[in-house]
Amino acid sequence: MLGRFLGIALAVIGAFAVGGIALHRHEPINALWLITAAVCIYAIGYRFYAAWITARVFSVDASRATPAERLNNGRDFVPTHRWIVFGHHFAAIAGPGPLVGPTLAAQFGYLPGTLWILFGSVLGGCVQDMTILFLSTRRDGRSLGQMARDELGPFGGFAALGGTLMIMIILIAVLALVVVNAMKGSPWATFSVAATIPIGILIGVYLRYLRPGRVLEASIIGMGLLVLGVAAGGWVDQSAALRGLFNWSGAGLAGFVIVYGWLAAIIPVWLLLAPRGYLSTFLKLGVIALLAIAIVVIHPELKMPALTQFTNGDGPVFAGKIFPFVFITIACGAVSGFHALISSGTTPKMIGSETDVRLVGYGSMALESFVAIMAVIAATLLDPGVFFAINTGAGVVGATPQAAVATISGWGFPVTVDQMQHLAREMGEHTLFARTGGAPSLAVGMASIFSSTFGRGLLAMWYHFALMFEAVFILTTIDAGTRVGRFMLQDFLGHAWEPLGRTSWYPSVLFTSALIVAGWGYFLYIGVIDPNGGVNILWPLFGIANQMLAAIALSVATGILIKSGKLKYSWVTGGPLAWLAIVTTTAAWQKVMSHDPHLGFFAGASQLAHKLASGALPPASAAVAPKLIFNQQLDAWLTVIFTLIVWLVIADMLRVAVRCARGLPTHASSEAPREVSRLQPAGGGS
Amino acid sequence: MRWLRALWEGLRALSGDDAYERYLAHHARAHPGTAPLSRRAFYLDEERRKWSGINRCC
Repeated sequence: MLGRFLGIALAVIGAFAVGGIALHRHEPINALWLITAAVCIYAIGYRFYAAWITARVFSVDASRATPAERLNNGRDFVPTHRWIVFGHHFAAIAGPGPLVGPTLAAQFGYLPGTLWILFGSVLGGCVQDMTILFLSTRRDGRSLGQMARDELGPFGGFAALGGTLMIMIILIAVLALVVVNAMKGSPWATFSVAATIPIGILIGVYLRYLRPGRVLEASIIGMGLLVLGVAAGGWVDQSAALRGLFNWSGAGLAGFVIVYGWLAAIIPVWLLLAPRGYLSTFLKLGVIALLAIAIVVIHPELKMPALTQFTNGDGPVFAGKIFPFVFITIACGAVSGFHALISSGTTPKMIGSETDVRLVGYGSMALESFVAIMAVIAATLLDPGVFFAINTGAGVVGATPQAAVATISGWGFPVTVDQMQHLAREMGEHTLFARTGGAPSLAVGMASIFSSTFGRGLLAMWYHFALMFEAVFILTTIDAGTRVGRFMLQDFLGHAWEPLGRTSWYPSVLFTSALIVAGWGYFLYIGVIDPNGGVNILWPLFGIANQMLAAIALSVATGILIKSGKLKYSWVTGGPLAWLAIVTTTAAWQKVMSHDPHLGFFAGASQLAHKLASGALPPASAAVAPKLIFNQQLDAWLTVIFTLIVWLVIADMLRVAVRCARGLPTHASSEAPREVSRLQPAGGGS
Repeated sequence: MRWLRALWEGLRALSGDDAYERYLAHHARAHPGTAPLSRRAFYLDEERRKWSGINRCC
């Protein structure tokens, strides 16, 4: 009775808040509206939709032993308390993605991104994560690729594997580009990010030799050192002698990141990757909690309008109309296919009871979605003029500050050179113009939130702390991703020549790591030399790839639901699948076929080729033009391949569904047989 | 006090600080009479295992 009353109250408050957000026009809206709407919508989704799915669609069985219990080995298979699994799973899924995407999508105004983040997660992303987690838990914790192979057939498995490798390469490239853009020409940022490497190694040595496995104390020491590193960056920035050592152009930094990525992938994990993984997890959880508190405490007004004129497709941050591009730009935070790999990786091996999948799968994604809402707030509380000045490449608004502010003010978002210089000085930077990629504008937003909550005057410190925070887990993603990509490549190449498949044979390790690094390094380099900032090309490609992986995961889930006689519930995953298929295909079609040179890859390539041939380009641009032309064509073909793979997997799933409906044989279910659990339900269940 | 203790234990479990103790307990139950790995060997092995698959996302 009380529960029902609470549910109705939540629904009313939530509807009121969403209505308030949607109807609030032409006057500033308070961030608390967004927070309230978000919390209510997650609570309703969790309380009703997720509960209904677990009960009716999954028929979760609390008395059924999970793989953690049956295969308990005291290591990866361990029945774990659900809140601990929740924490682990959340730390694994939440990376820089939900911070960057919503920041970029703020060019449309705060409304489109917010609505997509809320409804996309509750109806799509959370459902995907929870379903894959449940299916994998029923199948001894098998991976998405294995489940696709077992349940659909070899093609689905191959597509999932190939898709994962491609998305990984694009993902690493775009994240590396975000870090490089945040560090270029900024000795302070470069120093504090660079300092995370020796700090990571120091902690690695501590955890191996001095106090093996004492993770907590090592993490606390490491966090102290990281903060010290940020402060030391300020001194370096002041020192005329040291400044030059850390003042690099984008191309120089890209070179460092590429070499770093290769080295980090071939050294043992205990030396750098594992210790920094601990630090990044602590930072991530701490900063997210601080940010939530700070936003509620200062509840800022959002200065960005609900909708901007850029919904028509002329946006300076990235090209394309609101449909489909808001749904592509915000992947993480609403629906992220990559999560399916975590949900079918380490997490299902820790689930102690099937009833925990609601909290772990659905709940963690709802929290990530909340992080994305905070990113929307941090981006839209800036003056819109400032937001566009930071996030727009020089190729779009003009290379000089005067030209940039004139263009941006002309859009109706007034900003002055003085204002930007004052802001840059406050943040301890030389300039904030054209720092594309989302990280710097997010850091400016976070710094202003933190400094008004926890004491003014430390703006520059907070700004660089926020940048370091983003960089730490981007670097962790780069290392971990390169390593995983290497394993996948070795697995693949091992079929061609057996020694290449040996993960401990050093020549193969060096060679395959170099191949993976060359893959993302290429896209990083092109992104750095692109005068429009590179992010406007790479981020949509990443969004399409990530949504493609989600479509594959949802196809696998839908196919399994249909095979297990749940056809009438197949819309639970089939609905989000259909939406993602429409969105990614429309976006891909426009990116490939559009005649608008800002939007279409081929159109962009031919416009540049035309300019090059007619001699209209200045010498510096003419030198890089052939590379940019080739890259746009390559991106177009990649988009075509992504789309083809998605539709082939969907067709494969439909083939299985039709065979099922006709009563023809399909691959047998790979579900592990039921065994009765002997564990007491931990934590009371719910 | 009980509350603080639960928080501390949660923090240790979340960070993996207590992984070795849990392994020892499991080892004593599942393989009595055999020698468990040392703290360092266990730590190195665990890190290698954890970072051999996808465990971080975007």
